[in-house]
Amino acid sequence: MAQYQNLFTTVQATGPLHHGVPLPTGNSPRTGDVPAVSYWLGKLGNAQLGPIYLGGLGIASLIFGIAAINIMGFNMLASVNWDPIQFIRQLFWLSLEPPPPEYGLSLPPLNQGGWWLMAGGFLTVSVLLWWARTYRRARQLGMGTHVPWAFAAAIWLFLVLGFFRPLLMGSWSEAVPFGIFPHLDWTAAFSLRYGNLFYNPFHALSIAFLYGSVLLFAMHGATILAVSRFGGEREIEQIVDRGTASERAALFWRWTMGFNATMESIHRWAWWFAVLCPLVGGIGILLTGTVVDNWYLWAVKHGFAPPYPDVFPAVTDPALTPGGQ
Amino acid sequence: MIRELALQTLRWSLVPMGALLLAGCERPPMESVQHGYRGTGMVQVYNPRLLDDVVEANRVPEAQPAASAEGPKAKDVYQNVQVLGDLSVGEFTRLMVSMTAWVSPEQGCNYCHNPANFADDSLYTKIVSRKMVEMTQTINSQWKNHVSTTGVTCFTCHRGAPVPEHIWFTPAQQAMGSNFIGDKAGQNTPAQTVKLASLPYDPFTPYLLKDEPIRVNATRALPTDHVASIASTEKTYSLMTHMSSSLGVNCTYCHNTQSFSSWEGGPPQRVTAYHGIRMARTLNQSFMEPLTDVFPAERKGELGDVAKLNCATCHQGAYKPLLGQSMLQDYPELAVLREAFARAPAPGELAAEVPTAAAVEAPAQPATTEAK
Repeated sequence: MAQYQNLFTTVQATGPLHHGVPLPTGNSPRTGDVPAVSYWLGKLGNAQLGPIYLGGLGIASLIFGIAAINIMGFNMLASVNWDPIQFIRQLFWLSLEPPPPEYGLSLPPLNQGGWWLMAGGFLTVSVLLWWARTYRRARQLGMGTHVPWAFAAAIWLFLVLGFFRPLLMGSWSEAVPFGIFPHLDWTAAFSLRYGNLFYNPFHALSIAFLYGSVLLFAMHGATILAVSRFGGEREIEQIVDRGTASERAALFWRWTMGFNATMESIHRWAWWFAVLCPLVGGIGILLTGTVVDNWYLWAVKHGFAPPYPDVFPAVTDPALTPGGQ
Repeated sequence: MIRELALQTLRWSLVPMGALLLAGCERPPMESVQHGYRGTGMVQVYNPRLLDDVVEANRVPEAQPAASAEGPKAKDVYQNVQVLGDLSVGEFTRLMVSMTAWVSPEQGCNYCHNPANFADDSLYTKIVSRKMVEMTQTINSQWKNHVSTTGVTCFTCHRGAPVPEHIWFTPAQQAMGSNFIGDKAGQNTPAQTVKLASLPYDPFTPYLLKDEPIRVNATRALPTDHVASIASTEKTYSLMTHMSSSLGVNCTYCHNTQSFSSWEGGPPQRVTAYHGIRMARTLNQSFMEPLTDVFPAERKGELGDVAKLNCATCHQGAYKPLLGQSMLQDYPELAVLREAFARAPAPGELAAEVPTAAAVEAPAQPATTEAK
C-alpha cells in the first residue's frame, strides 16, 4: 500500500518491445528500429523510447519550427553582439520584438520587426502542421480526435495573441514578443494599457477554468492512485463495469462533498475545463482594445466593479487644475 | 549500489539548485501595512530586517550653530558673491562650512575654491555649485507641491559625496556588428534602472528630460481615437518601476488597485509624485542641461551629456528623502530664490546664463518666497 505514496512511478511493467499497430499504405515507416529502454525514463512514464512516427507533416512542421526558433535565437545572439556567454547569461531577458507601432500592418525592415514577422509566420505554419499531424495520427490509430481538438483550443489563443488581434487592431506591435521575461512584461503592460484585465469577464472565466483544471487534475489523480489497490487504474473499463474501486471512489466524494463524478464524466470535466481555459481566454484577449478599451471603466459602467468607501482625502487629477501641466 | 549513489547525488544536487533559485529573494516574513480600504490589496510590504539600514542611511547631520543675520553683507565683504550676497558674513560662512561638510568633506574648500583666491571662478565645481544653490532655492520656493515645507538641502542628494550616488545619463545606442539583426528596441537587458526587468531601460530621457506623454489608459470604456501602444505602455511601466524602487514603495503607495489611471479614491501621494515628475524634468532642463559645457568630459555620459537627476537622486530608497526629516529649517537661506546680483563678467566665465525665476516652469501653485 505504501508503494503508491511515492513521488515517482514505482511499477515498471516491461513486456516485449513493440512498434505499434501496422499502418495502411501512404504512411511512412517509423523511425528507430530498436527502441531504447531507460530505467530513469520509466520513473516518469513508459520506459520504452521510440520508435517515433515522423511522416511528411512531422518533418515539414519540424523544418518550419526549427527555422522559427533559429530566427529567434540568432536575433537574441546578435543583440548581445554575438557573445555566446552573454547569450546564456541574459537568455531570459533577450527577445525578438514585434515591429514598432509606427509600422502598423505594413512590412517593416528586417531589424525592425521583419524577423519577428518571419519567425511568427514560420511558427504558425509549424504549429498548424503539427496539429494536422496529431489529427492524422489519431485517425490512423482508430482513436477519437479529442487530443487534436484540445490542442486546437490552445492554438486559438496563440493565434489570437499573435495574429487575429493584431490584425483587428491594425498593428503588429500589439503582438507578443518572443522572449521569456519580455513576454511576461508584455502581459503586465497589456493589462495596464487596457485598464486592468481583471475586470475582463472572459479573463475571469479563463482563470476559473485554469484553476478548475488544476483542482480537477489533483482530485482525479489522487482519487485513482488512492483506489489503485482495488484495481482503480482500470478506469475506462469501469465506466460500464463498476468495481469496488469505482464504488469506493464515488462514495468518498459523495461522503465528503455530497456529489461525485463518474469514471466517464470526470474525463469529460477535465477535457472541457482544459479546453475552455484558452478558448474563453482567447475571446477575452480578442475583445481587448477592439471592442473594449478600458476594462475598469467598462466594469464601472455595467456595475461589475464595486465602489469602495473613500478612505483618502479627495484627490483630483492635477492635470485638470488651472495651470496644471 | 550505483542506483543508490545516483539517487543520493540527485537529492543533494537539488539543495544547491534550490538555494540558487531563491538567492535573489528576501526571506519571509515580510511586514504588510494596510494603506487603503480593507480587502482591496492596498498594502505596503516592508522587509523588517532591512528597515534599520534605511534608518541608518537616512541620518541627518548635526546642524551648525546658528549665525547672526546682523552685520555686514557677504556681497560687501567678499568679491564675486552672486547668489548668496544678501546673507550676513556670519550666515554666509556658516553655509559655506555646511556645504563643505555635505558635499566635499574629504576634499574641503579647495574642491570648489582656488586656495589662492576664493573669489576666482576658475574651478568648474564652483560654477556648478553656484547653479546648484540656485536650484536648491528654486526647489524649496517653487516646488512646494512636491517638497512641501520639508524642502531639500545639498545633503539631500549629496550625502557627503561630491557627485550624488544616483544620477543618470542617456545610454548609447546598442552596439551591433551588422544592422540587419539583433535589435533590442532599447529593452531586454538586465538593467538596474528597471529593477532587472526586461522593460525599456531608459525611462528617463523620454519623461524626465523630454516631455513624452506618460498616460496610456483610455478615458472611456469603449474604443475612441485614443491609441497608446503596448510599447509606450512598457516605457511608462519602466518609469513607474523606477519611482517604486527609488521610494522603496509598492505601486499602491500612489495608485488605486482597481484602476491605476483613476484619480478618484486614490492615495493623495500620487499628486505629490505627479509634481515630482514635472519637477525632475524642469530641473534637468533648466539647471542640469545648461551646465553641459561646464563639466569636464570625465563627468559626462557616453554621449557627452550632463549628469541628470531622477527620483532616486533625492529619495535614495526612502518614501521621503531622509525619511521626511527637514534640514531646511536650520538653513532658511536655501528656502528662498534670491535675486542674482549684477556681476562683473570675468574672462573664461560660465557660458550658460543664470536662469531667472521666470525661466523655471511655474508649478500649479504660485511661488511663495517667504522663508520658513
